[in-house]
Amino acid sequence: MTATPALDLRGVARRFGKRWVLRGIDLRVEPGEVVALTGRNGSGKTTLLRICATALRPTRGGGAVFGYRLVEEADAIREVTGMLGHHAGLYDDLTAEENLVFAQRMAGRPADRDAIGRALDDVALSAERDERVRGFSAGMRRRLALARLLLRPPALLLMDEPYASFDADGIELVNAFAARVAAGAGAAVVATHDLIRAHGVITREVHLVDGLATDRNSHALVGTSDGA
Amino acid sequence: MAREIGRVTAVLWKDLTAERRTKANFNSVVFLAALTLLLFGFALGPDTEALREAAAGVLWLTILFSGVLSFNRSYDQELQGGALETLLLYPGDRRAIFVGKFLANLAFLLLVEAVLLPTAAILYGLSLADSLGPLLLVLILGTIGFAALGTFYAAMASRLRAREVLLPLLLFPMMVPLLVAAVESTSALLGGDALGNSRGWIRLLVVFDVIFSVAAFLAFDYVIEE
Repeated sequence: MTATPALDLRGVARRFGKRWVLRGIDLRVEPGEVVALTGRNGSGKTTLLRICATALRPTRGGGAVFGYRLVEEADAIREVTGMLGHHAGLYDDLTAEENLVFAQRMAGRPADRDAIGRALDDVALSAERDERVRGFSAGMRRRLALARLLLRPPALLLMDEPYASFDADGIELVNAFAARVAAGAGAAVVATHDLIRAHGVITREVHLVDGLATDRNSHALVGTSDGA
Repeated sequence: MAREIGRVTAVLWKDLTAERRTKANFNSVVFLAALTLLLFGFALGPDTEALREAAAGVLWLTILFSGVLSFNRSYDQELQGGALETLLLYPGDRRAIFVGKFLANLAFLLLVEAVLLPTAAILYGLSLADSLGPLLLVLILGTIGFAALGTFYAAMASRLRAREVLLPLLLFPMMVPLLVAAVESTSALLGGDALGNSRGWIRLLVVFDVIFSVAAFLAFDYVIEE
């Protein structure tokens, strides 16, 4: 019996105005995989992640996340996916802790201060627990957004340029989290230009070009970059 | 159901906490509203009778302008730093977001009105003592329908580039029936009519509140989607 794929996209296309960003993406990600999504600027990496997260509907095509259909069962998909996007999605006038309390309550859970404390510990923001996010640097905001994901580890983790703004510890955190999700029968899709930093975590690379996806051997590519 | 109520209160708490922290929006809206009342007073001239007659209309127009500012502000904080997308990606009924924001906007506007009403009474020589109860009822009923429509259209406009201009363009035409009912009932009450002539208008306000609130609630999921 074949296991339900973490992600199964068939002919996904998306148009913005007259421009087709994605022209027909076929992509299957199995549980346990950490897939790097690469491609030039504007190749549609972010669009593809947003479609998987149900933030955008595909113009054509469809697919499923852990068996839930993309458009018809979007709410079920939101239960099992988590996204670390370009923007941290935080509220400047709330403290770090309040942002996480809000996230827990919006996910339909009671506020769990202990779990929040542990998540803030994990991202090294314990000291800033009661500080307003307005004063946070870009890196601190990304860490807090990561803490939000740690509170509700998804089965399908979607990360858009996760290494941007992170220091070395932050990068390690991101990679460890992706590996943890994959090890727990989940999967991760990481849109990145920085395969070197993803080295050791990614199991496969999918390259987007002209709105289509092609598989690449990531380890060979990372090896080349390392040697450069 | 309990889960969705929890999400409603989370949005309400978040919006009110952010507002309480900054107070910048409340201060600017109240200042602009008081200034509008004052300038209308100057424009209408020193005739106290004319001022009294125009007071209901001026008061509701001022509430409308204040509302547009507060509705836009309500989504501004969602647009900063991509919070709206994060908000929409939480599992659950998205209409909980509408209800939470509607309640936050309603509370904000009622607070603004708590300052505006006595200000209008001083500037326009109004005697509120005889009809304060019914007057507050009209203010609350008018504001419920206004906040429901405003929260809905602000969500629709939040995806658009010129949202500050588009929100009044979308909102004000829809507000006309509610505005007429609110001004007529307020005017009757300020003129010393203790619920006599205003009863019909107040019933109409209730009808508009129900229609606007239910329609906005049901359609919110469609307008918030990108």
